[in-house]
Amino acid sequence: MPTKIEKDEITGKATTGHEWDGVKELDTPLPKWWLYVFYATIVWSIGYYVLYPAWPSFSSYTTGALNYSARSDIARDLREQAQQRAPFVDRIRAASLEQIRSDPQLLGFTMAGGRSVFAENCAACHGSGGSGAKGFPNLADDDWLWGGDLEAIHTTIRTGIRSSHPDSRLSQMPRFGLDGMLTTAQINDVAEYVLSLSTIDTDKAATQRGTAIFSENCAVCHGDKGQGNLEVGAPNLSDKIWLYGGDKRSVTQIIANSRNGVMPAWADRLDEATIKMLAVYVHSLGGGR
Amino acid sequence: MTAIASAAQSSTGIRRAPIYADDVIRAFMIATIFWGVVAFAAGVYIALQLAFPVLNLGLEWTTFGRLRPVHTSAAIFAFGGNALLGTSFHVVQRTCRARLWGGDALSWFVFWGYQAFIVLAATGYVLGISQGKEYAEPEWYVDLWLTLVWVAYLLIFAGTLLKREEPHIYVANWFYLAFILTIAVLHIGNNLAVPVSWFGSKSYGAAAGVQDAMIQWWYGHNAVGFFLTAGFLGMMYYFIPKRAERPVYSYRLSIIHFWALIFLYIWAGPHHLHYTALPDWAQTLGMTFSIMLWMPSWGGMINGLMTLSGAWDKLRTDPGLRFSVTAVGFYGMSTFEGPVMSIKAVNSLSHYTDWTIGHVHSGALGWVAFIVFGALYYLVPFLWKKQDVWSPRLASWHFWISTMGIVLYITSMWVSGIMQGLMWRAYDELGFLQYSFVESVAAMHPFYVIRALGGLLFLTGALLMAYNFWRTIRQEEPARAVYATTPAE
Repeated sequence: MPTKIEKDEITGKATTGHEWDGVKELDTPLPKWWLYVFYATIVWSIGYYVLYPAWPSFSSYTTGALNYSARSDIARDLREQAQQRAPFVDRIRAASLEQIRSDPQLLGFTMAGGRSVFAENCAACHGSGGSGAKGFPNLADDDWLWGGDLEAIHTTIRTGIRSSHPDSRLSQMPRFGLDGMLTTAQINDVAEYVLSLSTIDTDKAATQRGTAIFSENCAVCHGDKGQGNLEVGAPNLSDKIWLYGGDKRSVTQIIANSRNGVMPAWADRLDEATIKMLAVYVHSLGGGR
Repeated sequence: MTAIASAAQSSTGIRRAPIYADDVIRAFMIATIFWGVVAFAAGVYIALQLAFPVLNLGLEWTTFGRLRPVHTSAAIFAFGGNALLGTSFHVVQRTCRARLWGGDALSWFVFWGYQAFIVLAATGYVLGISQGKEYAEPEWYVDLWLTLVWVAYLLIFAGTLLKREEPHIYVANWFYLAFILTIAVLHIGNNLAVPVSWFGSKSYGAAAGVQDAMIQWWYGHNAVGFFLTAGFLGMMYYFIPKRAERPVYSYRLSIIHFWALIFLYIWAGPHHLHYTALPDWAQTLGMTFSIMLWMPSWGGMINGLMTLSGAWDKLRTDPGLRFSVTAVGFYGMSTFEGPVMSIKAVNSLSHYTDWTIGHVHSGALGWVAFIVFGALYYLVPFLWKKQDVWSPRLASWHFWISTMGIVLYITSMWVSGIMQGLMWRAYDELGFLQYSFVESVAAMHPFYVIRALGGLLFLTGALLMAYNFWRTIRQEEPARAVYATTPAE
């Protein structure tokens, strides 16, 4: 179609003279403000290139007048933060756990830091406030697997449980069913006995039979009356606190298949002072001895 | 329908319009509506999962992680893609005065091939087959299939342009062609991978580490730039002037903003990787090119809005045009928000938060979906030869319900995103972090509920639209007197 420039009646502007399926175009110049703002963003970008790392070459890049680097920035921030905390951190490192607890100033700092570190590292398993979950011990009650005094908590955090740390807390409950150490009937009986330690509603005959099985197989770790043993992390079976559930089915499953929970060693991930703060914080959650 | 009448008039005399291939376009429109409803429904469901995790149902196939790509792919590739393919076939034929190149079989292959791509991709997600690359989740066998379909699409589009009977190529076609070409390059570049075996779904990508991340976001950002922006600008450049019956505001602006947009967009990807292992210089380039992109993006908004001068009164009576114009408004808003969020100082607050999700949805719901709705309210009656939609009143309800939904969605994500960012960076007076991550998750719950409500409104609107179109297509009425595809005598 030949170019046919027309005048648009509403705007008074000329068209480009082209038409597609009834659609025409006006020959309006670029809006001035649009063009100037576009130029301004280009100028601003060039200014930014002068100041900051910007254009690559084959083996390097233009570093910019400010010598900016995100890595040195974050390194400086971390250094400054460490310096700011240094007076407290040094004192915590030098003090015993008991001393930290009895010095109000130190304890204030420790509780603030412990709360923050716990929330970032521990709460995912142990819950906010250490309330625990199935398989993850409640840290706010006074039922402890490996001990609830300051030193014991500190050691557990530092070395972990069944972790890769050389000093890790270690113990293993046998798989009485899977490894054929007890028959299904025996497992049933000993489960009835274990339940009888904390409830009254159990099968009397089975409990009777389970007593002997318990003394022979379980008492060495869990104690004569199932009261537990902090030395080997053997849970107290006579209270009503259960890590994996206290119904017959759960208890039977554990006797047959065993459970050996793992907690990582934090010595490799957190520094000494932070672990001390954590120990004092966890001790304060409600169950510390 | 005087637009059509005048179009027919301008084609009187010596020039005859060819008989256009419209069947395949009708199929694309139905697919657009169908996948749109699927995408919005999936979105509402996963939004509810975030507010109420029990809705994960404890089944691997229905967890958020697997359903989220179903939602994003359904929205972008199924809903948006079918709309782009269908409207591009419509626009390129009419503005070139040429029937689709390659014959009916080829265009039907593109239609069914593209639906097969969607189904293959989505079934993979639910079964846990994924490359783990955002918006590029499909594994190698799906990628190869899509490449085949896409090349056929490119051939049809370019072939139609080549055999056109108009002396010039209309601006909408520049944008469509840029979209088709660039998506081909991006798709192939980002999906270079080696399958583990011929009969297994798993593959390993050609790049690793930060190079892989950079290639992924070169792809990811330009999926936004070329799929969700350039393609839909093509749609805008045809349907707004057509529906408003007004000439495009500025030809010069369309040239300048087209080339500036095409050139600048391709560099902006690194802004997705601020403060990561990506070198500082690449982050700088990503940020500055995003800032420079602001005006080229707004060029499209200016041309869209200013085209209405002299026709603003039509907004009162034409719900379709109202959708189109509101879409351009949302486009302007999110293409301003985008550069702002690319600034490193802003990004250090906004990155990884829901603010990003809100930003994406102001583009996806406000711009992409609304410009599609605008085109649909024009095209469905047009293609099925009806006077108008069955109920303009219902279309108006659709508009207001959807707009309410978008407002709820965006504002709740702004508030929750900024709150999240502030909680993550809050320190107490001794220099310890104030909040744990899970506390920030708990704090977002009410906003997740509001967001789901917004999504529900949007879905409701789309269902009203689907019903309206169903009635439009089914209604008994004489065919429109003048129909542009019939040769003028």
